[in-house]
Amino acid sequence: MLDISKIRKQFPILSTKVNGENLVYFDNGATTQKPQSVITAESNYYQNENSNVHRGVHFLSGLATDKFEETRITIQNFIGAKHSHEIIFTKGTTDSINIVASGYRTLLNKGDEIIISELEHHSNIVPWQMCCEQSGATLKVIPLLDNGSLDMIAFENFLSENTKLVSVSHISNTLGTINLIEKIIEKAQAVGAKVMIDGAQAAAHISLNMQSLGADFYCFSAHKLYGPTGVGILYGKEDVLNELPPYQGGGEMIKEVSFKKTTYACLPHKFEAGTPNIAGVVAFKSAIDFITELGLSNIAKYEEELLQYATEEVLKIEGLKIYGTAKNKSGIISFNINELHPYDIGMIVDKMGIAIRTGHHCTQPIMERFNIPGTARISLAVYNTKEEIDICINALKKAKMMLS
Amino acid sequence: MSTIKKIQAEIVEDFGMFDDWMQKYEYLIDLGNELAPIKEQYKTEDNLIKGCQSRVWLHAEHTQGKIIFTADSDAIMTKGIVAILINVLSNQAPKDIATAKLDFINEIGLKDQLSPTRANGLVSMIKKMKLYAIAFNN
Repeated sequence: MLDISKIRKQFPILSTKVNGENLVYFDNGATTQKPQSVITAESNYYQNENSNVHRGVHFLSGLATDKFEETRITIQNFIGAKHSHEIIFTKGTTDSINIVASGYRTLLNKGDEIIISELEHHSNIVPWQMCCEQSGATLKVIPLLDNGSLDMIAFENFLSENTKLVSVSHISNTLGTINLIEKIIEKAQAVGAKVMIDGAQAAAHISLNMQSLGADFYCFSAHKLYGPTGVGILYGKEDVLNELPPYQGGGEMIKEVSFKKTTYACLPHKFEAGTPNIAGVVAFKSAIDFITELGLSNIAKYEEELLQYATEEVLKIEGLKIYGTAKNKSGIISFNINELHPYDIGMIVDKMGIAIRTGHHCTQPIMERFNIPGTARISLAVYNTKEEIDICINALKKAKMMLS
Repeated sequence: MSTIKKIQAEIVEDFGMFDDWMQKYEYLIDLGNELAPIKEQYKTEDNLIKGCQSRVWLHAEHTQGKIIFTADSDAIMTKGIVAILINVLSNQAPKDIATAKLDFINEIGLKDQLSPTRANGLVSMIKKMKLYAIAFNN
């Protein structure tokens, strides 16, 4: 059993007052708050350890490099990757997807096909549209069913020898659907396609093992895992990453540079041109330690309990409709109340100290699918409580009363 | 005092009566509900200002030396602020609209709502109203 009040004490921002009220932070799908250990690690890096990585012979450079590489090993263990050089540090999930999509521009030809889904975040749509535009490949989109899960029959019908890559999210940021990625990976790889999983919403909530999952690429952002912003992970299988052309040229990513021919460095450095966000990477380790100490399975169990409670309670509000009712869901509740605009609801509950997200959540195709302008979204994290859900429900009722 | 300034002063006075945010928001909702509807034929793609959060439609007509604005929004709170802006800037001479300073927005505590980061379409709406005024003034 997790001691939630003890966990909350580790997050200084959670004791903030917003508009005179206690902050209730339900926008964890956008970014999570940071525990003191992460904040301390980031400032400690600048106070005591700052130097550039992999470059100098001097003491501090060695220290910074050690710290930086320690995080790589931590991530390797956290996601069960076979090698630490399969872990690439990026700016975030969007950056990770762009690295892969950019590489595929030269790997794909006319007639090749990429499959994504209707529930993807724009970050997992637009890079592939750009990739198709430049390579001549075709983009296919797995449609959504009414409950917010993917139409797996349509998916299987899309698969052919032309399918070169499938990129889907592990968990929908808008609907909370946990996609059947094991099945998607198995079926796609059976026709020889590579599979990329956007794990932005998953990595803080589901325990991962890359070796048993078998995805070719998997990516996520540190800031959604209680870590700093500006740091992301791109995992790729060694051989797949070796085949992928580098994304950016610059320092650190080269083996030899001459004006005749430049050769590229080995993994992971091939994809890490330029000075990275060292402080962020170093602090990310503290975030992973925070999660590991609590135990991801304990976190998942607690969040499931919260989700169930929140779902039951919000449905008691008359006229409230939840979008995304798949059997397997993560702690995300997207909803509308009657014909009320989600922006109005968000503005009113904000005055009561409650942070929810409103709008299309960077998933306009989902909004089009359900023919709505947007939704209000509650997204949960381990520090949230049932009391906060009650406060939110009361605020929603008040908003409904004011707006009706 | 120009008409626009006078109207602004009246609005500031109205908002001065409210003790808390709830009264202010309820007033905005009322204003939104009372806003004269835009003609359906003017709710076109051309007249649509797309915000990330809410959408605003704005139509302008130049008659007898004045611009008549009509507008709508899909979110009622946004529509309330739209109503205030219409109240201030509609039925005024293009030159007065183009040069109007909208200081009252700060004074009534709605600055946040009119910040570009809000993405509710209101900042673009003001810009568009001013552009109409400049165009009609020439």
